[in-house]
Amino acid sequence: MGLEPDKRWSSEMAAAQSGDAAAYERLLRDILPFLRLIARRERVPSDMVEDIVQDTLLTIHRIRHTYDPRRPFVPWLAVIAKRRSIDAQRRFGRISAWEQAAPDQLETFPDPAANIQIELEDKREWLHRALKDLPRKQREAVELVKIRGFSVSEAATASGRSAGAIKVNIHRALQALRKLFEER
Amino acid sequence: MSNTTDQLIEMLARDIAPIRRLRPPIIRAAMWLGTVAFLGAFVIFTFANLGVFIARARHIELDVELLGSFTTGFLAVIAAFYLSLPDRSPRWALLPLPSLALWLSGSGASCYHQWLINRNGTWKLGESSHCLLFILGIGLPLGAALMLGLRKAHPIAPLRVAVIGGLGVAALATFLLQFFHPFDVTMMDLTIHTIAVAIVVSIIAWRRSWALG
Repeated sequence: MGLEPDKRWSSEMAAAQSGDAAAYERLLRDILPFLRLIARRERVPSDMVEDIVQDTLLTIHRIRHTYDPRRPFVPWLAVIAKRRSIDAQRRFGRISAWEQAAPDQLETFPDPAANIQIELEDKREWLHRALKDLPRKQREAVELVKIRGFSVSEAATASGRSAGAIKVNIHRALQALRKLFEER
Repeated sequence: MSNTTDQLIEMLARDIAPIRRLRPPIIRAAMWLGTVAFLGAFVIFTFANLGVFIARARHIELDVELLGSFTTGFLAVIAAFYLSLPDRSPRWALLPLPSLALWLSGSGASCYHQWLINRNGTWKLGESSHCLLFILGIGLPLGAALMLGLRKAHPIAPLRVAVIGGLGVAALATFLLQFFHPFDVTMMDLTIHTIAVAIVVSIIAWRRSWALG
């Protein structure tokens, strides 16, 4: 652990590329402050920093095969983190350009029991619509694992994708649904 | 650390499998270019009228144009492989620019010469339309093959990879075209070639997310 971060992270990533899960987990935890620092330096709003960090972790996972251990690790990591911050801000800018604040809808029935049924129907319809709007791979992964109860490896076999891809798709789908739910 | 970040790290680390590192970009570029060179040579020696080509190749303008288009294609493909990796400098995008200038000046000189002296009334879309179809017909499949090679890196800045890669395949298609071009380039041809190159680059750049994964 006495090594400077670049060399330590580089050897941890090399070990992760060979399948060392402990080294990979250690590396991903170690780099978190660095990822947050870059996101803040790129002027990402503080409520979005953690989203960007998670997005960067997913990107690192997806392209970890592009890292060459003969080269320094920090520049490789910094470019990914910076790029994800810029992309997220562009996406955020595009979304907020189209968003408009809607007035609160406060209409309810006087009988609270009637509202429960209506809210339940609303939630069911909302969930159905939200699932339908997810990208195909994410929707399939959620349906197979979270709704039909398949294991990840069964879902991977069923969909012809890797177990890692299924996990990433589920994580992304749940993140998107959570975000949509919070925005309701 | 937030709960979801913590969970995500656990999820990513769990069941991580060994992966094969990408080969160095120069090796991947050389393999791609080698395959294209082999196929290109086969097409030229099988279908091109080399007698006509050799007669035309006595003009220095054509030689400059050939050198320019080949070098642009060759260097742009190498640059695209470097640009597809996150830790390589974006300045790789500049690599094909000097040869692009040489290519354009060679084409310009050739067409200026032909336009003024040999071929009056060339502003008709006759044989030039074949050039357009040739560049699109060769450039787009080559572009698809190049994107297949590049997508392994999941480029994080896909636009510049797609534009430089698109320029590379369009330049190689234009280089190949010269072996099937029975006459020197005119102003109309140059315009059509430029439009064809722009179409190839635009289509690849437009479909970059799909093409580059």
